[in-house]
Amino acid sequence: MIKVSNLTKDYGPRRAVYNLSFSVEKGEIVGFLGPNGAGKTTTMRILSGYMPPSSGKVEIGGYDILDESIKARQIIGYLPETVPLYTDMTVFDYLKFMGQLRKVKHIDDRVDEVLDMVHLEDRADSLISRLSKGMRQRVGIAQALVHKPEVLILDEPTIGLDPAQIIDVRAIIKEIGKEHTVLLSTHILSEAQNVCDRVLIINKGQIAAEDTTEHLQSLLTGSQKVVVTIRGDIEDTLQLIANTPGVISVQKKSGNSAEFETEHGDDARPKVAKNLINAGHDLLELHTINLSLEEIFLQLTRDEIPSAGQEIAVVESQTER
Amino acid sequence: MANIWTIARREYNHYFISPIAYVFMFVVFLVLGIVFFLDILFTSQSQQYSPFIQYIFQLFIFPLMFIGVPALTMRSLSEEYRSGTLELLMTSPIKDWHLVVGKWFGTYLFLLTITVVTLIYPAILNSLVSPGIDLKSLAANYIGIVLFLSAVCAIGVAISSFFSNQIAALLGTIGALIVFYLINGPARVMPGAGADILNYLSIPFHFDNFMSGIMRLDDIAFFVSLTVITLVIGSAAVESRRWR
Repeated sequence: MIKVSNLTKDYGPRRAVYNLSFSVEKGEIVGFLGPNGAGKTTTMRILSGYMPPSSGKVEIGGYDILDESIKARQIIGYLPETVPLYTDMTVFDYLKFMGQLRKVKHIDDRVDEVLDMVHLEDRADSLISRLSKGMRQRVGIAQALVHKPEVLILDEPTIGLDPAQIIDVRAIIKEIGKEHTVLLSTHILSEAQNVCDRVLIINKGQIAAEDTTEHLQSLLTGSQKVVVTIRGDIEDTLQLIANTPGVISVQKKSGNSAEFETEHGDDARPKVAKNLINAGHDLLELHTINLSLEEIFLQLTRDEIPSAGQEIAVVESQTER
Repeated sequence: MANIWTIARREYNHYFISPIAYVFMFVVFLVLGIVFFLDILFTSQSQQYSPFIQYIFQLFIFPLMFIGVPALTMRSLSEEYRSGTLELLMTSPIKDWHLVVGKWFGTYLFLLTITVVTLIYPAILNSLVSPGIDLKSLAANYIGIVLFLSAVCAIGVAISSFFSNQIAALLGTIGALIVFYLINGPARVMPGAGADILNYLSIPFHFDNFMSGIMRLDDIAFFVSLTVITLVIGSAAVESRRWR
């Protein structure tokens, strides 16, 4: 549904997005992940038809975003980073207005329907200025849904919400994702982990990694890290653990625990346990640490990404220009 | 067309869900009412004049419209830029010029609403004087006002499309209107084609004909083309935002 090839966007001399290529299939929920200023918002603005790319090609549902912009925009639902609302309108009037712009038929019924979806049916006649931040966010999502778009582009849909609202919004997104193609940006990894089928990690305007959340984790967890805890002083056992076949390195963590790393594909835990017990130590605990997506993310985005000597500056949202 | 109407209707309704419409109407009708009353008072005291409805129009147009219309149009696009709602409109399946024309049309409809209400003054005058006022002349006056408002409103919307700051849009519009008002000043001392050009560009040069009850095709063409040209400029300004 979404096909991006060699997308580049420059703001004057600053390069926000460089040579970005990816595609999103129908019915997929894809997370667009990256630190602030990675080019997420810029990319989404280009995909939504808000601004043209400096070079490269974007196709939404087979329509080129530049040449057949109106047709492409007709099938896109877009929630910008700062939810743009007319605060002096009621929720119902606002959604009706947005629906009319997108030529929705039987508009009143449809507005009731989307209000149900975002659980705002009882606030239909409230002025938007009277709504809380979380409700406004949901109005923004409703706005993006009102014309039953095939592609949904959500820029940080859960930003600024409280935990209960976040869970709520995620549930809504998952529900929508059953029929629609969804591309959402976030810098919260657990969000990507539990909402998205697939994750694109973007850093400094380029894709740093692209995979399913599970695969990404195993890919980057090449070696296994294990924490061992014994009764008594760990100091005496460090040499013993290090000498066990399959163990690469050992590091003392505290008085009675240490962390060791094993070779890829070689689970050295039974051997370490056997050695420790044979040597007369009381083994209390032995557990592996999975690299969380957080750590993977940091690892990926901390390192400089070689980019053919191209200096990539970073531009995120520029709402007030 | 449906898009333009959707935008225009929201714009029109906006005036009535905000205090703008009521304050604006209050001021317009208060000032016009006072002027109208004084007009009748003076003419009833002196035997020399008959009540002069064009006098009221002059006051309706200058300065109420020169400040009033810029005050209405200053927010039309500037506010969309500032609040970010432009992003929503520009990612909706509508063309940029639909947005600009819709904005203009919504405000224009509001101004026309006010203009229709002002018909009450000539109607009262007509019932006071014998044998009544010259209705054909009155029709020319009103056609002039309707065309004038169209152009002034378009100028305001177009200038608003340049700025995300409303005060800048307000002052810019007032400035532009003053230029269109004074531009034929030098024509009085200038000979030849230069004077013709300056006269042609001048709003009062064309508007005064309507006020005298004269309807000329070139005056109508002036206001219509001024409306169209400024709206084209406004659309280009909105579109250029995409490329920044």
